[in-house]
Amino acid sequence: MTGAASAVLLVGLGGALGAAARHAVGLRIEGSPSIAVVNALGSLALGGTLAAPVGSAGTLLVGVGFCGAFTTFSSFAVETVSTATSGEITRAARFAAVNLAASICAFLVGTLLVDALTGGLD
Amino acid sequence: MERTRLGYLLVAAGGFVGAVARYGVDVAAGDTTGLGTLAVNLVGSLALGVIVGSAATTRTRLFVATGALSSFTTYSTFVGDAVALGTLTGSAYVAASYALGFASAAVGLLIGGRL
Repeated sequence: MTGAASAVLLVGLGGALGAAARHAVGLRIEGSPSIAVVNALGSLALGGTLAAPVGSAGTLLVGVGFCGAFTTFSSFAVETVSTATSGEITRAARFAAVNLAASICAFLVGTLLVDALTGGLD
Repeated sequence: MERTRLGYLLVAAGGFVGAVARYGVDVAAGDTTGLGTLAVNLVGSLALGVIVGSAATTRTRLFVATGALSSFTTYSTFVGDAVALGTLTGSAYVAASYALGFASAAVGLLIGGRL
């Protein structure tokens, strides 16, 4: 059981680290691919975290805080709409589809990987 | 500015605020429905559209857009919720999130362009 105050601190700390890490990726990868990369990587990590025996504190820090903030829906949506309204409809549709497919696959891989590694633990 | 220590600090501070606000909405909405995630993703997409569409300063963009709003919304939990909801409900959830999310971002960009 995690108290309300410590839950806020864990989520906030994870969120601060996740946002800074996303910013670092954005500075290294130009343009929209960086959004797909953070969304897929963060979904992989969330799948693994939810399958791992990390307890409620670990879930709040890594799952809700870090992974939640490292990945982003708003930047994804604004990027998709901006691409579409600039006339590149096909590229926008591909970007939206790739984000979804890659992130769902990554989430499932993360879950299966941790399940395999911790098999027998719980 | 983006690459400086202050730039990272602004993003991290915004990330703290955004993640905690999302957690507050999640707790209020209940855990397993996906409705809390849908709500933050729509509100955050609208607000980010406004910031991106307007001529905000670099400091504002780093703290509010890259930091707070991008952390308030989430793609990983969106995917986790979609998987947890199962094939049929999950697909409807993804379709609704995409359609409403793009509409929110588009409205936000229009509003931001008029500011």
